Amino acid sequence: MKVDKVIASATTILPLRLKDMSYSVGNARLLDGIDLTVKAGRRLVVMGPNGAGKSLLLRLCHGLIEPTSGSISWQSQDPRPAAQAMVLQRPVLLRRSVRANLNYPLALAGYARAARSEMVQKTLARFGLIPLAERPARLLSGGEQQRLALARAWALRPQILFLDEPSAALDPSATRAIEDLIFQFSAEGITIVMTSHDLFQARRLAQDVAFLHRGRLIEHGPAAQFFDAPQTPEARDFLGGALIW
Amino acid sequence: MDGPFLIAIGLIASGDPALTEIIALSLKVTLTAVSIGCLVGLPLGAGLALARFPGRGVIVVAFNALMGLPPVVAGLLVYLMLSRSGPLGDLALLFTPTAMVIAQTILILPIVISLTRSVVEDLWAEYREQLRSLGAGRLRSVPTLLWDGRVSLVTGILAGFGRASAEVGAVLIVGGNIAGHTRTMTTAITLETSRGSLGLAVALGIILLLITLSLNAAAWGLAQSARGRLG
Ligand SMILES: Nc1ncnc2c1ncn2[C@@H]1O[C@H](COP(=O)(O)OP(=O)(O)OP(=O)(O)O)[C@@H](O)[C@H]1O
Ligand SMILES: [Mg+2]
Repeated sequence: MKVDKVIASATTILPLRLKDMSYSVGNARLLDGIDLTVKAGRRLVVMGPNGAGKSLLLRLCHGLIEPTSGSISWQSQDPRPAAQAMVLQRPVLLRRSVRANLNYPLALAGYARAARSEMVQKTLARFGLIPLAERPARLLSGGEQQRLALARAWALRPQILFLDEPSAALDPSATRAIEDLIFQFSAEGITIVMTSHDLFQARRLAQDVAFLHRGRLIEHGPAAQFFDAPQTPEARDFLGGALIW
Repeated sequence: MDGPFLIAIGLIASGDPALTEIIALSLKVTLTAVSIGCLVGLPLGAGLALARFPGRGVIVVAFNALMGLPPVVAGLLVYLMLSRSGPLGDLALLFTPTAMVIAQTILILPIVISLTRSVVEDLWAEYREQLRSLGAGRLRSVPTLLWDGRVSLVTGILAGFGRASAEVGAVLIVGGNIAGHTRTMTTAITLETSRGSLGLAVALGIILLLITLSLNAAAWGLAQSARGRLG
């Protein structure tokens, strides 16, 4: 187990390639023919109006659901590599203490008890959670819960982090704290794929943008190009605040 | 002649040996049955919540229906199994505390299974993607879900304990109400009342009520404090 782990983190799982990937439920084609490559070390922000399919896209990439057609493949050939983590749009915290929530995925990953408690302690410290360590996770404030969810995902030392609306419903200073963390992760070499509703946040964080509209990926490229010269009328309307869905 | 209440108080206050023996046996039988019921029922119920296979619906409905199994019918079934001409007659278990444990386990098991299934199923709907994301497979999710559902589960199990300790039909049929051997609180109350010696019956009735009351108080207290502590 331990040996596998070292090898797994030594080899890169990126890039992640989506080829003509579609996802349907019944007759509804919720994502349609997505071609996308997620490059190592970048911050990709997935944008689009409510219901465009952003959360679905992240859940598919992370391997929580399977595409109906097309393919999602990692450089490592692994069908679902361990070196990835996700913060769901509505993260579920276990009915335990903050510390136990951080310990849980590390125990699943097979770390020994001593290594685990050290990793948990480091994570608590890094995310400013030490004063909250023994508190029941479910009773934290919304912002604290979000911070814990982020800490829990980071604790696994992923190569890529999927963040679905990591700062929705947070106040400006909490949002700021989350953004700082995202920049730090990025500086450590973690690839970021996130969604955001906040255009200003997207401008601050994005290096690349993928713009989804009604289940189709209609723009994908460097952030500067997307914000300064959007190619499609939908993206122009969206940036101008006119496109609701 | 003293009223039955005075006699009852006297019996309880003096720690009457016959009385304490009956109480001890009752608690032993029911505790054993509840423990076996949990040991088998918790994993089975959780498994049923997560597994998908043809015929699952039938099993779910069957266990739900078995929760309402009349105790005398459960007793009759165990009696038929254990009676000398029955398939397990050679074990000579009829009219022993073991027979009563078997009968009560049969009554408790469907309660534990159905309760666990419904609690774990609800939690699973909420936890499923998160647990998968954190690296837990289906099998590994079972203990996680049981632990996170612990408050509802313990509350339900306490209710099952209450039902089992108040039950008379099954233990009477398979235990036989033999003094000093298989006489429980409920069978003793039945017998003593029919004989007109109400003192012991009332004393046992009071104890039984106290047990039920404290079980419910424990369940309520647990749920209250858990709400405050765990969210
Ligand atoms: N299991 C499902 N069955 C049917 N429709 C679904 C299912 N899951 C998602 N959808 C639909 O797919 C569309 C895309 O959903 P998704 O959650 O990806 O949107 P989103 O872009 O993340 O929106 P938001 O910005 O509001 O979070 C929505 O219209 C949603 O109703
Ligand atoms: Mg979403």
